[in-house]
Amino acid sequence: MTVTTVPSPNPASLPTPTRRRPQAITPAEGVRIAGVAGVAVILTALVFLATPLSGAFGSVVFAFAAFVALEVVDVSLRLDPQAAKDRTATILITGSAGVALVPLGFIVWYVVSKGIGGMHPGFFTKTLEEVGPLDPASAGGAEHAIIGSVEQVGLASLIATPLGILTAVYLSEYPGRLTRVVRFFVDSMSGIPSVVAGLFIYTLWVVRLEKGFSGLAAAMALSVLMLPTVARTAEEMLKLVPDGLRESSLALGAPKWRTVTSIVLPTARSGLITAGILGVARIAGETAPLLMTAFGTDSVNVNPTKGAQSSLPLFVYQRVRNAVPSQVARGWAGALVLILLVLTLFTVARLFGRVRKAA
Amino acid sequence: MNMTTTPAPPVSMIDPAVLPTGNGATLEARTVAAWFAEHQILDDISLAMPANSVTAIIGPSGCGKSTFLRVLNRMHELVPKSSLAGEVLLDGADVYGIGVRPAETRRHIGMVFQKPNPFPTMTIRENVLSGLKLAGIKNEGSNDDLVERCLDQAGLWREVKDRLGSAGGALSGGQQQRLCIARALAVSPRVLLMDEPCSALDPTSTLRIEETIRDIVGSVTIVIVTHNMQQAARVSDYTAFFLGDEGRPGTVVEFGPTSELFTAPNDPRTEDYINGRFG
Repeated sequence: MTVTTVPSPNPASLPTPTRRRPQAITPAEGVRIAGVAGVAVILTALVFLATPLSGAFGSVVFAFAAFVALEVVDVSLRLDPQAAKDRTATILITGSAGVALVPLGFIVWYVVSKGIGGMHPGFFTKTLEEVGPLDPASAGGAEHAIIGSVEQVGLASLIATPLGILTAVYLSEYPGRLTRVVRFFVDSMSGIPSVVAGLFIYTLWVVRLEKGFSGLAAAMALSVLMLPTVARTAEEMLKLVPDGLRESSLALGAPKWRTVTSIVLPTARSGLITAGILGVARIAGETAPLLMTAFGTDSVNVNPTKGAQSSLPLFVYQRVRNAVPSQVARGWAGALVLILLVLTLFTVARLFGRVRKAA
Repeated sequence: MNMTTTPAPPVSMIDPAVLPTGNGATLEARTVAAWFAEHQILDDISLAMPANSVTAIIGPSGCGKSTFLRVLNRMHELVPKSSLAGEVLLDGADVYGIGVRPAETRRHIGMVFQKPNPFPTMTIRENVLSGLKLAGIKNEGSNDDLVERCLDQAGLWREVKDRLGSAGGALSGGQQQRLCIARALAVSPRVLLMDEPCSALDPTSTLRIEETIRDIVGSVTIVIVTHNMQQAARVSDYTAFFLGDEGRPGTVVEFGPTSELFTAPNDPRTEDYINGRFG
């Protein structure tokens, strides 16, 4: 065998290579898929006109089924059975993902369309203190509920996040005899109905210890619900930290606690923030435990340690139950603010989590 | 020094006059055995690794080379249900002695792992200095000097001196491994254990690491586990040949100066192994 040297060509004389993306759907294929979809729609229209079948939902389902069937026929006529199976799986999986997004889209659309009517600048700066039951939706606002929600969720996070992360550190970094017991109880705790958490704080704190209703009592009930979510999510995040990093740290002469605080926790940082976010998501919309702990009020109470406090879920619950349309409109506006508040919080936490990685 | 079959020579057989002087310490294993749960991995290993020299440990997969290395700096005990027997003497003092803290031992007996693993949340500079913070050591001199000296010893300084603030994970695999060596050197260990440090690297990076090993051996004793017999021959002063398999725990078949072990092995199994007839 002889070795040949490839002469290096003059770069200027090289033709620009034609770039291909073998996996991409070609324009011709795209047109064909659109055509099949069109045939499916026309077929559906004909069937629904010619037969007693009717209804928007039914026609969408029928059209989708027809599209899948026609695609299978089309592909298997042109290509082999494997390609037809592949196409079917792609359509069904993409379709399922779309279906899963439909409820989310409907909820957001519904809340926005219902809530936007009750929104006005005063909604964030006024309360319901001096608002009569028949006043228009433009009177008064939910300032007291927004303040209450922020304080209660904030306090609950301050209680549950450190406890949850410490529990996760115990479960993941200090496994011992009690690990399985603790994990079992944390799992059981995540099954506690929220109303039971509220009752627990109500009987113990509000009644037995005679502390009365307060934002703090609400925060305690919420932290009971938040703790297992944070603990188990954080545990999974800590488990994702490669063992090699722990060993490297120990091999440098680090004590175990230093390895945890200086290596494991910083490495898992963004995951731990996710754990906190999931915890907040778990409690931000809770209503039942608040009825027995924060109780609700129509005026601002900035002090979370004393006296009844409102919150957005309570506000929504109490307005929407009303028969007066202006009150119901306020409730929907409150729901919209709650969604926006949670969304803002998530965005901020994500940005915060992304910032520090060694540049 | 004469070639011997197992048991390995005690430290007294090494002529003190030939030992170079430096920060490196003599490491001696005496009748070391190790278990994972009820499964015995090592049996009756006695090995004296002279100060400021490179000792290579070779042998087929599963003969307990890595486990032996981890017994030396008390990493083995981190595995749940593991146990061990015997003594490991660092300049004569048993690292398993009563009252000896494992963290203290590991600070003196550093380790470089098979897979390069710089701390991902830290910059190159922070990675080098991480050991000081982790082990709670106060640096007498300036940190800048320490960073430069360690990176220089690891043969990485010229490549990274203009980007000490960028992430350690952004380096190539070979550079990451040299960063890990620099990180291990920053706490001034007296022994450096290397567990197949080049097995994930390309030939050029491997060569750089081997140069680094020869550069630093004046100041630290090195014990290197390797699958690569050419590497053992190139880089080490002494070589220990371990053998063990499914049924039997690993033992030392032969230990001696590398030049003698590779040219005139005493044990036929050593000869078979280094000539590639098994393993």
